[in-house]
Parts: sequence; structure tokens; C-alpha cells
Amino acid sequence: MSEMNQGDAVRIGLAEEMRRDPLVWALGEDLSTAHGGTSGSQYYQLIDEFGPKRIVNTPISENTIMGAAVGAAVAGTRPVADLRMADFAMCAVDELVNQAAKIRYMFGGQARVPLVVRQMIGARKGGAAQHSQSTEAWYVHTPGLVVIAPATPGDAKGLLKAAIRCDDPVVFMEHKELMAATGEVTDDPEAVMPIGKARIVNEGSDLTIVTWSKMALIAAEAAELLAADGINAEVIDLRSLWPWDKDAVYTSVAKTGRLLVAQEAVQVGGFGAEVAADVAENMSDALKTHVRRIGAPRIPVPYAEPMEAEYRITAEHIVAKAKEVAGA
Amino acid sequence: MAEETITNKPARVFELYKTMSLIRAFEEAAEVAYDAGFVNGSIHQYIGEEAIGTGVCSNLRDTDYILSNHRGHGHAIAKGANPEAMMKELFGRVGGTSGAKGGSMHIADFSVGMLGANGILADGTTMGVGAAQALVLRGVDAIVTVFVGDGTTNRGPFYEALNWSMIYELPVLFVCENNTYASSTVTRSVTAGAGPVARAEAFGMPAFDIDGNDVLAVDELAADLISRVRGGGGPHFLHARTYRIKGHISRDKMLYRPEGETEERWKGEPIGRCAAWLLDNGIGQDELDEATSSAEKQIADAVEAAHAAPFPDAKLAFADVQDIGAPQ
Ligand SMILES: Cc1ncc(C[n+]2csc(CCOP(=O)(O)OP(=O)(O)O)c2C)c(N)n1
Ligand SMILES: [Mg+2]
Repeated sequence: MSEMNQGDAVRIGLAEEMRRDPLVWALGEDLSTAHGGTSGSQYYQLIDEFGPKRIVNTPISENTIMGAAVGAAVAGTRPVADLRMADFAMCAVDELVNQAAKIRYMFGGQARVPLVVRQMIGARKGGAAQHSQSTEAWYVHTPGLVVIAPATPGDAKGLLKAAIRCDDPVVFMEHKELMAATGEVTDDPEAVMPIGKARIVNEGSDLTIVTWSKMALIAAEAAELLAADGINAEVIDLRSLWPWDKDAVYTSVAKTGRLLVAQEAVQVGGFGAEVAADVAENMSDALKTHVRRIGAPRIPVPYAEPMEAEYRITAEHIVAKAKEVAGA
Repeated sequence: MAEETITNKPARVFELYKTMSLIRAFEEAAEVAYDAGFVNGSIHQYIGEEAIGTGVCSNLRDTDYILSNHRGHGHAIAKGANPEAMMKELFGRVGGTSGAKGGSMHIADFSVGMLGANGILADGTTMGVGAAQALVLRGVDAIVTVFVGDGTTNRGPFYEALNWSMIYELPVLFVCENNTYASSTVTRSVTAGAGPVARAEAFGMPAFDIDGNDVLAVDELAADLISRVRGGGGPHFLHARTYRIKGHISRDKMLYRPEGETEERWKGEPIGRCAAWLLDNGIGQDELDEATSSAEKQIADAVEAAHAAPFPDAKLAFADVQDIGAPQ
């Protein structure tokens, strides 16, 4: 194991997969020129090892980055298309949703689309309305896609590798504010994390808090605050949103009888609604109180600090809601 | 500056000099404020490119529209937006151009026809042709100018906008600011063919190439093209060669840029060149110094006002979302 930040972890993970399989390649804007300057460390110096055929520095052409990746996946390679931010990926939702997600099905199983689409989600200080959005629910709603949103460097590396080896199109959503966060990461190039398995961040018996991406860290912080008040929250980081680990959630809810779903994204129509509804439908016997959700208000992300703070869900928000759920 | 007011050439050029100095002072002060932690989000500086926005907008009227991009401070100032309100926007304070909701990348001042900077590349080009269509529909005697970066000319919507403007013979001037770079990528390395002028000409659009660091030349060419567009001559294309002196965003260390390149290109920066012309044409050094310090003073006052302005009420985060179904 080594201690490293998420940017380094995913770069090492990608490099390991590229060494393992010569048909893995990456495409996106500034992939070979960014020296940690504008888009972090995820591709730093990969061009030196893999060359311009496999680290493809593209023009600013989102539709073609996505479309070319779909075509290249169908034609026998394993592309990793980097769209940078979820906000820019919207420019190419068509190629992802109408093509990548549909090709296998619509052509009667003749083709597979082993594609990874990377796009960063989440608010980062002052990013404002067009550089902050969390759009994971859009893709969970689309049949044919796998959706992953890791919270730690170790998970990001292990799941990126799994995404690359996966034969389905995978939307891989890293959080901007997690790229510099550090954690323990395996050095074993063969270690791949299973998609669809949650991580128990914190064990507890009083209530279950289901979350993902950066909110998992905030929920862990909330669990500490709750513990100080004698409430033991079990925090589950889903890591994969489709498929999601229903077993882990059901098992936890069977134990606690109480569920709070916490997300950074706008609460209305968010993925948390799916988890909440599913548990309400399937675990009603175990539930001691109705399910609650917490998520951002239905507003674009504002710029100025005090307004941006209104958008963000904090540990204190989670604590207050958790106490309501726990009946404390 | 109104286009008709000044017929005396040195006096006109001196006005351009003052506008460029104001933009330069703004960008330098913005960087100082950013480094000191007063600016919540990133800033894209226009240093070295001032002649383009200045030369073009000096030929526009308040009733004309411009659509800007992420590097929009200079466009806004040249179009007549208030630098103090802009600085407050960067600081996220009350009195900001966008009510502190948008920040640097979303400065707009609809009262002077500045329809917005933009965080999504090329979207200004398609919205620009729509704005022109609206002018035609409403029977307003005005035109639209769209600013677009060199890197952005590789996005599909830009071509849709060029084609669209031609077939509907819309009153649009496209201004391509070719500053050599697109983030950390040299745009030429990802751009096929002879470049933006040839591409515009392929649509049958009259297109002109110019030294974008020569404010006199930009002013003259813009005056000509804008009068043609105004006179019903249909869309025109102005390609201005320049150089991005600063990093893509202010904290970009530009490790991708060859050593010495910035210093070399700085020699051709537009304000010094304009000063040299003015000195040869009857304006004294003392007058230039006075103009520079007056611009710096205006911006220093703007910074002071921004520091003094309060942060907005956090609850304003919920305002201006929508009429029906607004957040509670
Ligand atoms: C659709 C979209 N793709 C990518 C980005 C990220 N991005 C912001 S500015 C930029 C480079 C733009 O280069 P250019 O058009 O030359 O303008 P310049 O920054 O040089 O003024 C990139 C890639 C974005 N904002 N929107
Ligand atoms: Mg450029």
C-alpha cells in the first residue's frame, strides 16, 4: 500500500491498465500537454510512456471525443474518453445516451461498447453554475450505462481499472474537490475492485446513511458528530450507482430500521430518490420511521461564498436530519 | 466610446489606449486579488489581447449586442460595463454585475448589450446568431458581435452558427481571437487546414486576417466590417492574431510553454505599440502616463469598493431561479 492523492491514484491505475492491454487508450483535451497546470495530475507524463496514438490530445470537440470513443469501442478497442467536467460532457450527451448506451441492445447484441467516460462532478470553490454540476442521476436513468462515483483514492483506482475491463459503457465520475485528497492505495496492478459493491465507511446500529462521492466524507464527519451525541450512524458509500449494492443497504436497514440518503446533487429527481423509494418499497417491514433524503436545493450553483454555502450540504445538515430520522 | 464622436485620429487612438489601459489594470488587479484569496473562482485574463476587444467594441453602439466567452473581462469593459461592478462580481459582493451569482466567467451587462461571458465553449456562437435573428424579427437597427477563441473553432456548434448566419443573412460579426493556445495545447497542433479564415470562407463568409495586437488596424478593420454588417452585408469574420501572455487561468504555471516564449511575445503587446504610435503622433509621454495612472486609479478604487461592499444575503441564492415552481 502507498499513501497518495486521487489524481495520482487514477493516473497509476490507468497506466497499469494500458500496460496490461495494448487496446486501452485515452482521448481528451490537453491530455498530453497538461503538466499538472490546468487539469490536474491524472495524465501527467503518460504521453512519454504510451505515445500519441494512445494518449490522444484532442481538439476541443466534445461530440467527436465521445462519438469517436463509441466508434472505437465498437470497433475493438477500449477507449477512455475524458470530458473533463460533467458540465462539458453535456455537449456530448447525445453520443453517450443515444449511441453508447443503446448499441448493444438495439443491434440485437451484436456489438459491445467497452468505453469509459470520465467526467468530474461536484462544486469546487467558486466554480459557479457551469462548472459545478452533479449529474449522476441523468446517467443512472439511462439503461445500458454503468455509473461509478468513488470517494477515496483507493476506490478511484480500483474502480477505474474495473471500468476499463468492463465490457459495458461506464460513466466514471470523479469529484473535483477529492482530487487532492490522500488515502491508502494498493500497489498491486492486478487488484481490481468489483463494480456494484458498497463500502461500509462507519459501522453503527441507530440509523443508516447511504451516500456516495464526496458526500461519503462529509457523512463520515457527521457520523463522528452524531457519535458524540450517542447516535451510532452506519455510513454506506455506494461507490457504484448503477448497479448499486442493494444487499449492503438492505442488510444495514434491517439492522438499523432507519434510512437517510445524502447526496451533493440537487435533491429533486436525484439518485437519492431512487434509493429512498426502493428501500421504502422493499424494506417497509424493517423501517421504524419513514425514509428521509438530504440534497442540494433546486438551484443552479451560485458563485459568491455565502450563496454557495446555501447550496452545499454540510456535516451539520446531515447531523440535524439524522437526528430527525433517529427520533433524537 | 461611441463610434461617431471622434474624427481626429490621434484623439481616437488615445481613447483606445485608455480603454486598453483600463482592461490591463483590471486584469492585473484581479490577479492580485485572486492571489490574496479575495476571488472565489478562477479568472481567465485578457492581458496582451486588449487591442481586439477594444478595437472592435469601439465601433459598436450600446444597442448592439456582444456575446463573450470565458475570457470576457476585456470584452465587457470595452463594451461599456462598469469595472467596479465587475470587480465586485469577482469578489462575490453586493453590486456585482451578476449579483454575485456568476463570478468572472459569467459577467454580463445587458444594459450595454453585453449578453454574457460563458463557461461553455462555442455556446456564444449559436446564441449570437439567435440574437441576430431576434434583432431582425424585432426590426431593430443593431448588430451582434460574437467573440470566439481559436481553440473553440474546433467545436461543431461554431460551424453550425457560421452556416446559419449565412443562410439567413444575419447581422453578425464573428471575431476569432487567436491567442495561439487553448488551455495547455497549442491550437495549431489540433487544427487541420489553413485555419479559421479559410474555414469561414468555406461558408462563403467574407473573412479577414489581422494583427490583433495592432489596435489601430483592428479599429480600422472592425469599423469597415461593422459598417458592412450594419448595411445589410450579412455576416463577416474577423480573425485577430494575438498571444495569451498569462496562463490559461491565473494560477496556471504554464510548464508546457517553451522558455522565453512569453518574454519574446510580450515585446509585441498592444499597449506599448499603441503608446509608440501616439508618441509619434503628437501625444506626449506625460499624457500617456496620466492616462495610465488614471486607469490604475479607477481600478484601485474599484478594488477598494469591492473590499468595502458586503457579501450578498445568502438567501439570494434562491432568487431568480424561475417563476413557476421556484425553490422555497
Ligand atoms: C465545451 C467546453 N469544453 C471545454 C471547456 C474547458 N475549456 C475552457 S477554456 C478552454 C480553452 C479554450 O481555448 P480558446 O478557445 O482558444 O480560448 P482561450 O482560452 O485561448 O481564450 C477549454 C478547453 C469548456 N469550458 N467548455
Ligand atoms: Mg486560444
